[in-house]
Amino acid sequence: MNILVVGLSHKTATVAVRERVAFAPTAMERPLHELLALPAISEAIIVSTCNRVELYATSREPEAALSQMRRFLTSYHGLEAGSLDENLYEYQGEEAIRHVFRVASSLDSMVIGEPQILGQIKTSYGYAAEFKTAGLILNRFLHKAFSVAKRVRTETAIAGNAVSVAFAAVELARKIFGTLEGKTVLLIGAGEMCELAARHFINNGVSQVHVTNRTFERAVKLAEEFKGRAIAFDDFPDHLHQIDIVLTSTGASTFILGPKKVEEVIKQRKNKPMFFIDIAVPRDIDPRVNDVANVYLYDVDDLQGVIAANLKERHKEAKKAEGIIEEEIVAFDRWLATLDVVPTIVALRSRFEEIRRAEVDKTFGAALKNLGDKERRSVEALTSAIINKLLHAPITLLKQEQNDDSTDSSVHAVRTLFNLEPPKPEGKLEDLDDSAENQ
Amino acid sequence: MSINILLFNVTLLFYLISTILFLVEVSTRHLKTVGVARWILWGGFVFHCAALLFRFIEVGHTPVASLYESLSFFAWALVGTFILFDLRYRLVVLGAFVCPLAVILMLVGSAVIIGGVEPQQANPMLQSKWFPVHVTFAFLGHAVFGVAFAAGIMYLLQERMLKSKRFSALYYKLPSLDVLDSINYKCLSFGFPLMTLGIISGAVWANSAWGGYWRWDPKETWALITWFWYAALLHGRLSIGWRGRRAAIFAIIGFVALVFSFLGVNLLLEGAHTFKSMRGE
Repeated sequence: MNILVVGLSHKTATVAVRERVAFAPTAMERPLHELLALPAISEAIIVSTCNRVELYATSREPEAALSQMRRFLTSYHGLEAGSLDENLYEYQGEEAIRHVFRVASSLDSMVIGEPQILGQIKTSYGYAAEFKTAGLILNRFLHKAFSVAKRVRTETAIAGNAVSVAFAAVELARKIFGTLEGKTVLLIGAGEMCELAARHFINNGVSQVHVTNRTFERAVKLAEEFKGRAIAFDDFPDHLHQIDIVLTSTGASTFILGPKKVEEVIKQRKNKPMFFIDIAVPRDIDPRVNDVANVYLYDVDDLQGVIAANLKERHKEAKKAEGIIEEEIVAFDRWLATLDVVPTIVALRSRFEEIRRAEVDKTFGAALKNLGDKERRSVEALTSAIINKLLHAPITLLKQEQNDDSTDSSVHAVRTLFNLEPPKPEGKLEDLDDSAENQ
Repeated sequence: MSINILLFNVTLLFYLISTILFLVEVSTRHLKTVGVARWILWGGFVFHCAALLFRFIEVGHTPVASLYESLSFFAWALVGTFILFDLRYRLVVLGAFVCPLAVILMLVGSAVIIGGVEPQQANPMLQSKWFPVHVTFAFLGHAVFGVAFAAGIMYLLQERMLKSKRFSALYYKLPSLDVLDSINYKCLSFGFPLMTLGIISGAVWANSAWGGYWRWDPKETWALITWFWYAALLHGRLSIGWRGRRAAIFAIIGFVALVFSFLGVNLLLEGAHTFKSMRGE
C-alpha cells in the first residue's frame, strides 16, 4: 500500500491559483467522498488552508491514483484538465511521508515554525475521520505526523523567539521588565500594527492601557476597546511618568518626543526603566532618547533586525528538525512494512513453530523422557500437523486478500492478535507454500 | 599531602569543571549544560565543607588565619551563598559569573600552597571566641557582595545588548534587567548588615586581643572606606531611586575594593591584619 500526496502551496502557486482550488471547510463531505470514490484510491484526506491545498491518499496502484487525484483537483473546481500541472507537486512512498511530516512540523510554512498549520491539518483529519474516508493507514499516518510535529516543537527551538513585530516587542519588554504584570502601556496614535502590539501586551499581562490621539474621539473609541483610558494629545507628556511602555505610530512629520523631556520623566520616575517602541515612519521619537539611562528605544528597523535574527535561528533549528523527521520516517516505514502479507505469514509461522518447539522440548525433557526415537518423531509430526491445520485458514485468507482493500486490516489484526514483531525478511509468496502440511 | 589539601584540590577540580559547563551554557544558544554544572558545583561544595572541617581539626581553630585558609573560606562562602540564592530565586545562570570568581580565589589559594603552607602554631589570639564570629560575618558579607558583583556584570552586559540592539547567545540566557537589579538590592540588604556585624565583631575581638577597638591599620581603613561605599549605594537606592546601571557599577566597584582590602592590603601593605603578624611573630 502506497501513501500519496498531490497538492500545491504558497511555494508553487500564487494566491490567485490557490483560491481557485481551495475547499470550503463547511462542505468537506462531498469532495472527500468524491475523492474516495476514485477507482484507484483506498483512503483520502483533504487539507485546504490559505497557503496550501493538498490531497493525501493511499492506493495499491500509485501511478493511476496520482493521475486520478490530479484530475479530481481540476475537475472538482471546474478547471481545465492539466491547467494546474505547473503548480502541482506529487509525492509517493517515503517522499510523501517526509512531505506530510515536514508540513505538519511547520518546516514548509511561509514562516517556519508558526504553529497554525498543525491545527489546520488536525481539523482536516477531523473531517476525514467524521466522513470515514481515512482508514487504517491514514489514521496511523496522521497521528504519527502530529506526534512528529510535537517532537519537533519540544526538541528544537523552531518556534522559539518572536518573528512578528508585536511579539518581538513583547519579548524585549520581558527582557527589561521581567514580568509585564502591573505595567502600563501608552498608545500614541493609531495604526494596525500599534493596536496589534497593544493587544499582545494585554494578553501578556499588562494591566493598564492609556490611549492618546490627535483626534480625541478616536482615542476614546480605542480606549474603550482596550478598557483603558483616553488622554488628550497635548497632555500626554504630563502622563508619561506613569507609563512603562510607550507604543507610537502617529503620522507626525517631526519628532513628538525628544531626549530632554524623557530625561525629565525618568528623573520623575526615580530611574524606573521605560521602553519606547516607535513604529511610525517617519519616526515619532528622537533616536537620541535611546541614550538616556534606563530608557530603551526601538524603531521599526530595530525590531525588524531582531526578527531577522530570530528567523535565522529558526532556520538553523529547522536543520535539527529534518533529522528528527528522518528518524520518524524510518520508524513509520517499519510499521508500514508490517502490513505486508509475506513477512506477516513468515512471522506468524515462526511464532507458532517457536511455541511448538519449546513445548515439545519441555515435554521430552520431563514427562516423556524415556520415549524412543520413533515415538519422538511421531510426536513431532503430530504437533506440526496441529499447528499447520490451525494456520491453514488464516494464511489462506491473507494470501487471497492480497489485492483486496481489507488486507491491511487483516494483516494488522493478525499482527496484533499474535503479538508479532515488526522485522521483515524479504521473501516471495511461493516460498511459503504449505508443503509442511503434507508431512 | 594532608587530607585537607587533597580535598581542596578535589574541590578545585569540581569547581573548574562546573565553571566550564556554566560558561558553555551562556556562550551557546541551545546547549543546556547548566543542570549538570549545578550538580557538580554542589558536589564540589560538599568536598569543600569536608576540606574546611579537616583543616579545622588539623589546626585547632577556625581555619581562616592564613592567606590560603582565608582564600578557601572566601570561595566556600561565595559558592554557598550562590547555592542559597539559586535555591531561593532559581537563578542558576548567576553561576556563570560567580563560579569563575570562586575558581580564581581557589587558584590563588593553591598557588599559596605551592609556595609553602604554614601549619599554624597555636596562637591564643585565634582561640578567642570572637575570631570565628568576625571572620564568618566578614566573609559572608564578602560573598554576598560577590554575588552582587556578578549580577552587576550581568546587568551591564544585558543593558549594553539591549541598547545596542545586538544580541549574542548570552542575551537569551540572562534573566531580565529587573531581576538582575533586584538581586543587586537583595544582596545589598543582606550584605550590608553582615559587613557591619563583621566590622563590629572585629573591633570587639581587637579589643579583647590588643586592648583597643580600632587602630587605623590599612585593612581597617579600607574596610571602613568600603563600608561607606556600600552605605552610599544603599542610601542612594532607598531614597534617591538609584537603580539599574548605576547600582550595578557601584556594586562592581565596591567588590573590587573589598577584594583589594582583603588581598591587596595583605600583600602590599603592612598592618595587624597581615597573616604574618597574625602569627604573632
